[in-house]
Amino acid sequence: MIAEALAVGVAAGVVAGLLGVGGGILFVPGLTLVLSLHQVDAEATSLVAIIPVAAVGAWRQHRYGNVRLGDGVVIGALSVAGAVAGAELADLLPEDVLRAGFAALMVAVAAQLVRRAWRQPAKEERSPGE
Amino acid sequence: MARMPLGRPLTLGLIGTAAGLFSGLFGVGGGTVIVPLLILWLAYGEREATGTSLAAIGIVAVYGAATQGAEGHVHFWDGVLVGVPAIAGVLAGTWLQQKLPARAISLLFAALLVGVAVDLVVR
Repeated sequence: MIAEALAVGVAAGVVAGLLGVGGGILFVPGLTLVLSLHQVDAEATSLVAIIPVAAVGAWRQHRYGNVRLGDGVVIGALSVAGAVAGAELADLLPEDVLRAGFAALMVAVAAQLVRRAWRQPAKEERSPGE
Repeated sequence: MARMPLGRPLTLGLIGTAAGLFSGLFGVGGGTVIVPLLILWLAYGEREATGTSLAAIGIVAVYGAATQGAEGHVHFWDGVLVGVPAIAGVLAGTWLQQKLPARAISLLFAALLVGVAVDLVVR
């Protein structure tokens, strides 16, 4: 069980570092399946694991020159406000419909990313506003 | 999805609010919203989008862990058990990312989004 939990942690960290997500995508199922936490507790507990991942990941990316700290702080602060509002709305809105809509939106965004990557194969990234 | 016609600060605010809103609603949000919108709306490079996303996520996670902890949902040592090995993972992941072409990051991210979308629907 310990070995599985460690493996989940390493895998979540790799995904977080590669793709800039917190790792909750793997932490939450890992905590429910390997450590038998209930869903609500797993989502809450994954936040504890995400803190060092995000901190160390942001620090490394900063060293590589890939962090726009001011933008990150604005996004993070407004995300907190958005999350509070989202948690309130979750009780009021028809969640199944919303979830399907959000899923469709994600697929549309994925298609945009692929199209953009396809269209600019050789173009290396440039810093915005420079 | 064309560039956002709004000003840059407003676009940043919209990205942050949307990321928070969706994570509050579905438990999925954060990076899956921040990274693609920085790329598509603000012309961020892939590496910058993911690095900046991690900085934003750190802020949200600290707030979320504190409020969820106060409500008694956090199993601290279980979080440490998966979180500490994840530090090694994120060091490897960020290192590996520097070796990849930017477009590979976009394509991997698109695959992640489709996976999350499927998970949301079948859940």
